[in-house]
Amino acid sequence: MEKTGNWFATRTGMIAVGALIGVLAALLQKLGNPGNMGICVACFDRDITGAIGMHRAEVVQYLRPEILGFVLGSFGAALATGEYQSRGGSAPLARFVLGMTAMIGALVFLGCPWRTLLRLAGGDGNALLGLAGLVVGVWIGTLFFKQGYSLGRNQKQSFGTGLLMPLLMLGLLVLRIIYPPVEGQTQSGVLFYSAKGPGAAHAPLFIALGIGLLVGFIAQRSRFCTMGALRDLILFRQMHLFSGFLALLAAALVTNLVLGQFHPGFEKQPVAHTQAFWNFAGMLVAGFSFALAGGCPGRQLFMSGEGDADAGVFVFGMITGAAIAHNFGLASSPAGIGPHGMAAVVVCLVFCLVIAFGNIERARA
Amino acid sequence: MSEIVDARGLSCPQPVLLVMSKIQKKASGEIEVIVDNEVSRENISRAARAKGWEVREERREGEDRHLILVR
Repeated sequence: MEKTGNWFATRTGMIAVGALIGVLAALLQKLGNPGNMGICVACFDRDITGAIGMHRAEVVQYLRPEILGFVLGSFGAALATGEYQSRGGSAPLARFVLGMTAMIGALVFLGCPWRTLLRLAGGDGNALLGLAGLVVGVWIGTLFFKQGYSLGRNQKQSFGTGLLMPLLMLGLLVLRIIYPPVEGQTQSGVLFYSAKGPGAAHAPLFIALGIGLLVGFIAQRSRFCTMGALRDLILFRQMHLFSGFLALLAAALVTNLVLGQFHPGFEKQPVAHTQAFWNFAGMLVAGFSFALAGGCPGRQLFMSGEGDADAGVFVFGMITGAAIAHNFGLASSPAGIGPHGMAAVVVCLVFCLVIAFGNIERARA
Repeated sequence: MSEIVDARGLSCPQPVLLVMSKIQKKASGEIEVIVDNEVSRENISRAARAKGWEVREERREGEDRHLILVR
């Protein structure tokens, strides 16, 4: 059996964590978050990008407390268990660009892997195409790993470097408290808000933050990762992370059925479009990017909280990608893909391929 | 003679890949693995046990842990 002092890293722990995330995400929808978007790391990073004015898409501006909680909860868990390790310096620019391509691909589909599962759990058939794209994207990534793809080793960094991500999140939380949303207004102090659309749909601050902290804590302990779930299944035929992935899907589905949030179909699904190929292709690019960067967007947040500066760089790549996606019309909307969404998918795929082929270490043992 | 795999500083899934490629070449024997974080230790231990290898933690040197895989 698994001899480890960390219950969360056992199979039972992993299933419990996935299931709890699924239930909490579905509950967050009941409590005000957008449809099938109880938690979406890509969408929520994008909303934060809008909240601080880096893009001005009016319907997606909100400083999501869940994201801040993820980093801070993980930071707390890492500190409490002695796993906090300030590290970084493994191909930061490549990771930044992968963050951008991941976000742009995810915004063509409209969701990160977590939301892919939540959309499926809400009955959104379009998410099947996204899931297929994610699987194929991760599979392509594994082909490169088998050929010796590596972004190189990280190095130990100063204590202070590892504190930056938690501190930045704390700073954003302070802004959110100083400048709360004002009914019907799109600006409060330095922060932007949405008067309508998904950005206007949100659970109460302290509930969202509390759930974010809890998820951050348990995800750090369990190493929950949706990309890793697919990757390990494909690469090693290993079910460990995948069991958490399935548990999230199953728990969210059951919770949605109980709460009356399950509406099967393809048309008129919340914050989704029906262009099958682009749902597939967007998520393929995202999955490929996550695989090359070694973690889904959620996992990157949790690792950044543990002191991993490379994961922090990936997060800022995602934020930059979100800004570009909305400023350049790359992101999709319920009406369909953006005017330059197709070009974006092709360009991002090229960048992924350059990084993938360009980092194969032939000399490895 | 044990072979040494240095998985320090590598992100997932590379530590496990390195160990697996060694395991596939060896039916039995001893492999020493150096890791510098708990996640790599867990992942390598889980993967090695699944392949029928026994995992012993030999010693810690600062943040480095030396795992001995035996079969």
